[in-house]
Amino acid sequence: MKKTIITVVGKDTVGIIAKVCTYLADNNVNILDISQTIVQDYFNMMMVVDANQASKKFGEISDEMTALGDEIGVQIKVQQEEIFNSMHRI
Amino acid sequence: MINIFEVNETNKMIEQENLDVRTITLGISLLDCIDSDIDVVCDKVYKKITTQAKDLVATGKEIEKEYGIPIVNKRISITPAAIVGGSACKNEGDFVKLAVTLDKAAKEVGVNFLGGYSALVSKGMTKADELLIRSIPEALSVTERVCSSINVGSTKTGLNMDAVKLMGEMVKKTAEFTKETDCLGCAKLVVFCNAPDDNPFMAGAFHGVTESDAIINVGVSGPGVVKTALEKTKGENFEVLCETIKKTAFKITRVGQLVAQEASKRLGVPFGIIDLSLAPTPAIGDSVADILKAIGLEHPGAPGTTAALALLNDQVKKGGVMASSYVGGLSGAFIPVSEDQGMIDAVNAGALTIEKLEAMTCVCSVGLDMIAIPGDTSADTISGIIADEAAIGMINQKTTAVRVIPVIGKGVGEVVEFGGLLGYAPIMPVNTFSCSEFVNRGGRIPAPIHSFKN
Repeated sequence: MKKTIITVVGKDTVGIIAKVCTYLADNNVNILDISQTIVQDYFNMMMVVDANQASKKFGEISDEMTALGDEIGVQIKVQQEEIFNSMHRI
Repeated sequence: MINIFEVNETNKMIEQENLDVRTITLGISLLDCIDSDIDVVCDKVYKKITTQAKDLVATGKEIEKEYGIPIVNKRISITPAAIVGGSACKNEGDFVKLAVTLDKAAKEVGVNFLGGYSALVSKGMTKADELLIRSIPEALSVTERVCSSINVGSTKTGLNMDAVKLMGEMVKKTAEFTKETDCLGCAKLVVFCNAPDDNPFMAGAFHGVTESDAIINVGVSGPGVVKTALEKTKGENFEVLCETIKKTAFKITRVGQLVAQEASKRLGVPFGIIDLSLAPTPAIGDSVADILKAIGLEHPGAPGTTAALALLNDQVKKGGVMASSYVGGLSGAFIPVSEDQGMIDAVNAGALTIEKLEAMTCVCSVGLDMIAIPGDTSADTISGIIADEAAIGMINQKTTAVRVIPVIGKGVGEVVEFGGLLGYAPIMPVNTFSCSEFVNRGGRIPAPIHSFKN
């Protein structure tokens, strides 16, 4: 199964996860795993999701998530998992 | 499963250390466009390029978006134009017409450069080869995206000194033809020895006749990533240093391999090679010179530079070879002066001279690249510089190249601005003692002996 990695980085504030998750649920993207840390007020989250059944195209989701990030004041990136696998796994 | 630290490491490389895929270059064979009528050739060439490459830029952008990795350039390389236009072009004007067609096709498909306005004359020149070479100054002045390269020698054939002499004249003439734009034409003209058939990097890319109908070649880059990794090894011994470069090169190359495979799959074109070159850009932090500094030199050009560069590139290859199924192209260190802020600083500080740059090309650098020289440098002197570089390539069985820009109307100490990826350069002094008698002898330098190495 093709997986997608979503990263959210930025200043911590109320409701970041809620807003991201709501967007994903609205677009039929299934969350497989979440890991999150806060270092010196800096919010850092990685989500592994399954976007294969998503109601929108990859490019569209990526653009909308970037826009959502701008709205919350964090940086959101959506990338296919392969780039990380090829770099970190032999 | 991939963890948050690995994801952050990759994204930090991309966002802060300028990791990118420097170019996806689509090689297209134009052998089937050959005809005896120049208009027919131009028509076929235009159709073939615009059909074959129509999705190249869009596909590149798609991959960029999905993986979040910038793909800086999407480019095209073609069969050397001297072969394609050989039977149709009766004069220089016909070749210029072909160049204009190539430029138009490049603009139509949206690539920023198209390479292959080339002739391979390592042993001798055909009439068509010579016509193409003589048409270069005009061709590069009336086109915007066409790049030209000429192979004047090889380890197997020796050096074609007639071509070397002619190229000295053509470099000078190209500078004069494009003097309104700071002699930009010369930035699109490379003279090679041992030119590879599958080089994805400009200005020297062409699609060799040994290649298939179409092929995807990818050039990766990430001097900033290597530099950042090396900053953590300050004071450590060479083993640690080399291991760090190797591991980093592996990671960088894996990204290139992924992008190459995806592009190949989506475009329906076979994957050719990954070029393991460290290619800088004028952006701060995207510099090969900075790596040399991180290795321990005050400026590139200081004693030790050649050794540092040798180890750097060898480790990049050792790491990269394991990360990719096929490695090819130039796979050397690019040290273009104008495109690397650290190199510019070294020249300005008086640490780096053309002679030292030449020495660096003996171990792994690809050549004297993007070096601005005084506008009053004679064509013979430029031929002499080309001959020296080509001899290094010929004897050491490696690719070497010369891309120098005699800046008309400017002298040592002045600065020339090319803009964009080509950057800017301080004009460097050239040894002014004459080599006229040498380059005007005519004929060939015989191929070297391959035994009794020393």
